[in-house]
Amino acid sequence: MTMNFKTISNGEAILIESIPHLSFDEFSAQAVEIVSGGGKVVQFFAFQVDDTMRFMAVLRTDVLLVAACNAPETYPALTIQCEPFHLFEREIAEQYGIRPEGHPWLKMVRYHANCRGVDDVFGNDYSEDIPGRYDYYSVSGDEIHEVAVGPVHAGVIEPGHFRFNCIGERVLNLEIQLGYQHRGAEDLLLNADRKRLPFIAENIAGDTSVGHSLCHAQAMEALSGTQTDEGAKIIRTVGFELERIANHVGDLGALSGDVAFLPPANYCGRMRGDFLNMSLLLCGNRFGKGLVRPGGVRFPMNDDNRRDLSARISELKPQVKHTIDLLFSTSSVRSRFEGCGTVSRSDAEKMGLVGPAGRACGLAYDVRRCFTSERYDYLHIPENAESTGDVYARAKIRADEVMQSIGIIEILLSRPVETEIIDVAEMVLAPDSFVVTLNEAWRGELSHCILTDSQGNIRRYKVKDPSFHNWNGLSMSLRDTGISDFPLNNKSYNLSYCGFDL
Amino acid sequence: MLNVLKNRFEQGCKTSKYPKASVQLLPRYRGRPQINSDAPAEVASACAAACPQEAIDPAAKTIDMGRCVFCGTCERIGKGQFVTFTQDFAISVAEKEHLITAGDLPDLAAHSRQHFKKLFGRSLQLRQVSAAGCNACEADLNVLATPFFDLARFGINFVASPRHADGIVVTGPISRNMKTALLQTFEATPEPRVVIAVGSCTLTGGPFRGSPEISTGLDSLLPVDLFIPGCPPHPMSNLHALLTFFK
Repeated sequence: MTMNFKTISNGEAILIESIPHLSFDEFSAQAVEIVSGGGKVVQFFAFQVDDTMRFMAVLRTDVLLVAACNAPETYPALTIQCEPFHLFEREIAEQYGIRPEGHPWLKMVRYHANCRGVDDVFGNDYSEDIPGRYDYYSVSGDEIHEVAVGPVHAGVIEPGHFRFNCIGERVLNLEIQLGYQHRGAEDLLLNADRKRLPFIAENIAGDTSVGHSLCHAQAMEALSGTQTDEGAKIIRTVGFELERIANHVGDLGALSGDVAFLPPANYCGRMRGDFLNMSLLLCGNRFGKGLVRPGGVRFPMNDDNRRDLSARISELKPQVKHTIDLLFSTSSVRSRFEGCGTVSRSDAEKMGLVGPAGRACGLAYDVRRCFTSERYDYLHIPENAESTGDVYARAKIRADEVMQSIGIIEILLSRPVETEIIDVAEMVLAPDSFVVTLNEAWRGELSHCILTDSQGNIRRYKVKDPSFHNWNGLSMSLRDTGISDFPLNNKSYNLSYCGFDL
Repeated sequence: MLNVLKNRFEQGCKTSKYPKASVQLLPRYRGRPQINSDAPAEVASACAAACPQEAIDPAAKTIDMGRCVFCGTCERIGKGQFVTFTQDFAISVAEKEHLITAGDLPDLAAHSRQHFKKLFGRSLQLRQVSAAGCNACEADLNVLATPFFDLARFGINFVASPRHADGIVVTGPISRNMKTALLQTFEATPEPRVVIAVGSCTLTGGPFRGSPEISTGLDSLLPVDLFIPGCPPHPMSNLHALLTFFK
């Protein structure tokens, strides 16, 4: 079969009419062929042009591929042939009321009415609370019991519902119901005043503020033909890596706490704060909110800032290193981490796991290496792949990445940085255009996609947080695992609720 | 074992001396906004027009800290002539109207309810409910439990059940899908109970204001006792609010 998908670059704006518009059958067959042959789904979504609905897919092999087609009202689900489309098809069904026939698990995603006002695919009228007319998956038998947790959890964390089907202490199945965090972010990005967009984007997931604002900024820059200076790219890369370190360090501490080894739990909690304070030093916000804007950055990094940051990094680096060494050399920690919550490589491939969760299963993909942006083309990003797919592997990958990111920041801080700061950039977006941006956030591949209309207004804004791929990984980790190991597995992924719920 | 001890010595004692000693935050931190009422009207209007949160009223010369995300755009657009952000992290208020300010905030301790101080001054157990928060407010509440802030030394703890709690701390713009769970958590908390709203989203919808999927603010659903503005509020703002209001 000739392959009609078009090869594109990360963060390159192209005209929509240059994207191959296939028949649905061609589109479906080729998408399935690419993904079955080892490709992955980056984005698969629906959008509306005048009165017709269309599908668009962005896939990746070692290149990025894109194609579109007219969307039928119902169509044979791609998931039947190829698992990685599973959640994307459910999302399209929920957002636009387009039914994938024969979908093996056609369940709502975030629990909201579709935007076209057509019949609800799931039979909900949304007068009831979540989960509406959906019956959770259940297991029956004499020794079977169910545990329901959430949406309000015991800790200070975001809401979600977890339904465990157990036999004794052993979990047969964990069903995760999200959607409690749904704020309508994609619609708001479409309708809100242009000056609000960077603020909405950076609040999609507050622990990934820099990641989301980077994806947004790159997309807006591409569509408006804005060049970002090298200094801004360096500062953005520093902010992005600080975000990664802070989250990984915090989670390593939480993992340590969950296996009752308290010293690293406390040290990491404190050191995470020190890394957040470096973001505060850079931009006045501990989560990097307000740092990245379309066109560049809002804050310079002068020589004093560089020296201050370098001094802080030099002081913390040995402490972080020694705490990580302590964690991984403690036999009681190793015995709890190793072999717990294992996901096989083939399952990881089918679910399309990304980021540390994917790398823990041997999928070495890292956007920073494979589809470089910002300063990453000048930096060496090693292949951090582990093979065991367990809590140990996920923790180890994160620990390795902490040290690598510290190294990256040291390199970036070694030379003076000059940039012209940006407050509010007036941007005129190219009409009838398309752009997709990808970045390796600390949880994995993060992607924003923008389509404009003939006036240069945003026609469709699609956001995909890495958690969209990875929540099913947590479910798989819990299969045949003791229910008491749930917190440990949960921390090893630490997925985003609001990033998923949008 | 030797490793554990070596690490312990390397880490040292990091707990803040606050509130006995004052805390100075980093220079780029943006705390309580201060308005210069003598600023030219056109500067005030330019600041109001640039504000992504529509938090500035140029005629009244006030800023709504409930809407403000402390991005500092107005300070830079107006070159500091109209709004400046101070280093002061003590920005919480007990009445919603006090969020709209020209810079002078009422003394929080004087506005706190005396019976709360009597009841909860020595022990305060709180249940946190994230209602569509982006995880930044949640994270900066969580951080109060780390050794630097060490909230427990003040007799304040976050607990696992509303049944064990004296009040709830709410974050996020309260999505439609989270509203029932939030109200049920409130109902499950025994009286007398306190309600604390943390972050711009909880106060007014924050960056998501206008979305039909969220509320217009926690006070439209529940009686709020303490408002902590910010996006997210700095942990010191949270700590200051809890200590001043209840101690």
